Amino acid sequence: MTIHLFLQQLINGLGLGSLYGLIAIGYTMVYGILRLINFAHGDVMMMSTYFAFFGISVFALPWWAAALVAMALTALLGITIDQGAYRPLRQAPRISALITAIGVSFFLENVSLVVFGSRPRPFFRPEIFRPIWHFGGITVLSLTVYTILITLALLVVVYVVVYKTRMGMAMRAVSKDMQTVPLMGIDLNRVIAFTFGFGSALAAIGGILWAMKYPQIEPLMGIVPGLKAFVAAVLGGIGNVFGAVLGGFILGITEIMLVAFWPELSGYRDAFAFLLLILVLLFRPTGIMGEDLPE
Amino acid sequence: MRKSLLLSLTGMVFAGLMSLGLGTAHAGEPVKIGVYYPMTGPSAVYGQIGYKGLQLARKERPKVLNREVKLFLTDNKSDKVESANAVSRLIQKNKVDAIIGGLTSSNTLSGAPVAEKAKVPMISPWATNPVVTQGKKWVFRACFIDPFQGYVGAKFARENLTAKNAAVLIDISQDYCVGIANFFMKNFTKMGGKVVSKLHYNTGDLDFTAQLTAIKNKNPDVLYCPGYFKELALIAQQAKEVGLDVPILAGDAAQADELIKIGGKAVEGLSFTTHFDEKGVTTESGKKFVKAFRAAYPGITPDSVSALSYDTYNILLDAIERAGSTDKEKVRADLENTKNFQGVTGVMTMKNHDMVKPAVILTVKNGKFQWLATVQP
Repeated sequence: MTIHLFLQQLINGLGLGSLYGLIAIGYTMVYGILRLINFAHGDVMMMSTYFAFFGISVFALPWWAAALVAMALTALLGITIDQGAYRPLRQAPRISALITAIGVSFFLENVSLVVFGSRPRPFFRPEIFRPIWHFGGITVLSLTVYTILITLALLVVVYVVVYKTRMGMAMRAVSKDMQTVPLMGIDLNRVIAFTFGFGSALAAIGGILWAMKYPQIEPLMGIVPGLKAFVAAVLGGIGNVFGAVLGGFILGITEIMLVAFWPELSGYRDAFAFLLLILVLLFRPTGIMGEDLPE
Repeated sequence: MRKSLLLSLTGMVFAGLMSLGLGTAHAGEPVKIGVYYPMTGPSAVYGQIGYKGLQLARKERPKVLNREVKLFLTDNKSDKVESANAVSRLIQKNKVDAIIGGLTSSNTLSGAPVAEKAKVPMISPWATNPVVTQGKKWVFRACFIDPFQGYVGAKFARENLTAKNAAVLIDISQDYCVGIANFFMKNFTKMGGKVVSKLHYNTGDLDFTAQLTAIKNKNPDVLYCPGYFKELALIAQQAKEVGLDVPILAGDAAQADELIKIGGKAVEGLSFTTHFDEKGVTTESGKKFVKAFRAAYPGITPDSVSALSYDTYNILLDAIERAGSTDKEKVRADLENTKNFQGVTGVMTMKNHDMVKPAVILTVKNGKFQWLATVQP
């Protein structure tokens, strides 16, 4: 393999990995605060792309306005899901909430199948994300560069929110001890609602960029990115946002390099991604950046 | 023991009486043709337009052997189990003389064994999977089979695109794609070409940049990718993004409006093999059909499914006419003897229960499907 070809494949891997990482940020943040693996994250992401799609096609909004409206609506959806499905289970064993999350996931998928139909719809790619840049024979889609920049910017945003604001302090408190937090005069449900709203808005950003890269949306489109983001989050150390992005990049680059070096295995990419998950869970369940808990 | 013997004897007597009754059916009694099409569910689009083709054929030719033809439509709901049920219902309840359907290969594969067992002739307009008719005595089809598409693709790539080196990208989770691709590679090599790259993907994949970058590195003249329109639209788009600028060739699964809606400019110049296009008609009956269809259903474009359904009806009625009765064994034998049938989808001859007939090549130009060539077998 020439160095030139290798670099092109590396760029491809970064493009894919940044999307995995971006979706994994919201996933892992909700887990870090609430210890809930929100399996509906991918489907929330799917809903956000439909919000943006209708914002543009039905209400004729400019793309950035449609994206902002979609983020707000998705945040609202996330809060509604929490209030309707997870709040009644706040004191129940963790497994109940997990199974409810799977139920929410199926619910969103099937409602969208009925409402939106199963035929895929074309998504938009705004003008600024369209140019293809050439660097000495290597081609880079501008959307890929922007996605990486947005991912890094969101990492900073999440860090600032969690570590530098009063709400962030409350979120960290909830993650440490959910029972004691209300005793300290903190409105537990408000903190959790905020966490879900914030996580869902992050899912919306990930979903919209994902749909711009792969411009077709359908009700079941959230399943695979959701699972891949889960793998990325576990790989990086679930609960750690920096780990999630790192895990996303590793997963994306590995998937691409598998095809690049062993073309005959190109049909088994997903199998490999999940093999990676099994290996991590077997040998280092806390992931790359996860801390060993003294439990 | 004795009781069951008695029962089966009675059954045999009844069966004998029934077959006698059918054998002596005479003028005045309608010829009953059962239809099992997907009128609802994911494939409903095809069922709806296909049935329009059948109704048009029935309107133009309402009688055979001086008896009225009656169509019995059952909805297979785009479902395998429902398809088998629909065929049983047509045979047992409606007592049909022959069956038309199903449309998709998977629905036909589950409906066909029921007709085979009951010894009722069945002919499918659109099921291209080779297995549909394999080892069957009573099941036929009015279309070509997948291997032929692979052959036509190879011929088109070698002769019209003058391609020497081909790259092949295959959806390995679809038997249809694997089959077509294998026949393409076999024929392309036989015609003096070289397959320089063979890579895989799965249905539902979204990112093909790794495969396309590897393909670009091999400098092929053509990319053969007989996949479904959803993945195909993304493949065409990402090919442009990694700088792979070669013609893309596909199979009939590419024929969907979504290909153009999603692919946009990236699918311009993409070509594929398929059954029928109104601008590519070669026969007199084809021209007549397009005109009649346009008149009967204004605003709807006659497509492959409606044209094949129309042909299927006439192939079946011709066989009944030659047989001189609706005797199932005679109709079956005369279906086998279909020769040089002047259909709207070309001149065709039945061989091993499959049709030997021309294929059409369409290309995307200015955001529309355009007829490019008709390839004879």
